[in-house]
Amino acid sequence: MAKIIVITSGKGGVGKTTSSASISSGLAVKGNKTVVIDFDVGLRNLDLVMNCERRVVYDFVNVINGEATLNQALIKDKYNENLYILPASQTRDKDALSKEGVEQVLNELSQRFDFIICDSPAGIEHGAQMALYFADEAIIVTNPEVSSVRDSDRILGILQSKSRRAELGEEPVKEHLLLTRYNPVRVENGEMLGVDDVKDILAIKLLGVIPESPDVLSSSNSGVPVIHNHESDAGKAYNDAVDRLLGNDVPHRFLNIEKKGFFKRMFKGSATA
Amino acid sequence: MSFLDYFKSTKKNTASIAKERLQIIVAHERGKRDQPDYLPNLQKEILEVIRKYVSINQDQVQVQLDKNDNCSVLELNVTLPE
Repeated sequence: MAKIIVITSGKGGVGKTTSSASISSGLAVKGNKTVVIDFDVGLRNLDLVMNCERRVVYDFVNVINGEATLNQALIKDKYNENLYILPASQTRDKDALSKEGVEQVLNELSQRFDFIICDSPAGIEHGAQMALYFADEAIIVTNPEVSSVRDSDRILGILQSKSRRAELGEEPVKEHLLLTRYNPVRVENGEMLGVDDVKDILAIKLLGVIPESPDVLSSSNSGVPVIHNHESDAGKAYNDAVDRLLGNDVPHRFLNIEKKGFFKRMFKGSATA
Repeated sequence: MSFLDYFKSTKKNTASIAKERLQIIVAHERGKRDQPDYLPNLQKEILEVIRKYVSINQDQVQVQLDKNDNCSVLELNVTLPE
């Protein structure tokens, strides 16, 4: 039986797809058979971020409608053989996802994989609800910014009332906070909500803090999830988050301003410190 | 210069404003989230009944449901005009 994890946020543009790509890649690199599903029907982008956009033939909706088999629709990841991508349909709308159809696909994937990562669309409508309905765990991607935090709280409410686990009265969906685009300098200056502020408000367990980094954009430009960049702070932070997701106790990094060494100070100046 | 410095040093910590505002709105929305779906309709109908006798508006009627361990208390607060 696979563990089903939804990556969701309510608000758009906070890093759901970026996080889905990196977290699923990280799970695969660590030896777990993983599939990542794009639930954003009509606005698919996971294929682009994972550099398989030219290999999409059949999609999630084709499989639900019986127009293709799962094997025909699954795309093998370029960088790791444990990882497969199930792309969203670009031509339909989100109502094409029926609860029964999604359940059937998830059941079939569950036989073959250890982890099923569901990349949710933004919003709280049908597409987002389908992405979270069958989840065992949820990763709430949040930016340290008022509208994102409020929307995260809203999506937590939906997880607690409209997920399958909530409807059946089972053990609740396990919730994880993933704080992205974090800038410790601005936090120190009192210009940005700190990680403890967001934790206080949302009251869920912290999975990781991803520092704001130019590497995130350059990795999506080139279609290589940032977790594969071992030099990058963002990549390292995603790697730590995946370790925590797997139950390891890893200390949080990149929460404070990097102290510059004497030589760095000498040659780069301290203007940005 | 000292005049400008004065403004600079008293620059508000916007992160703490953000936190305060979020705590209030999130608490408010969580309170609403837990209430049953029929509550807004109940409030509307109660308002209509009262309006037959007294002229009041929406925000003068407050309906709240508090859950305790084994019972729920429906609290009705009506502000009547002088």
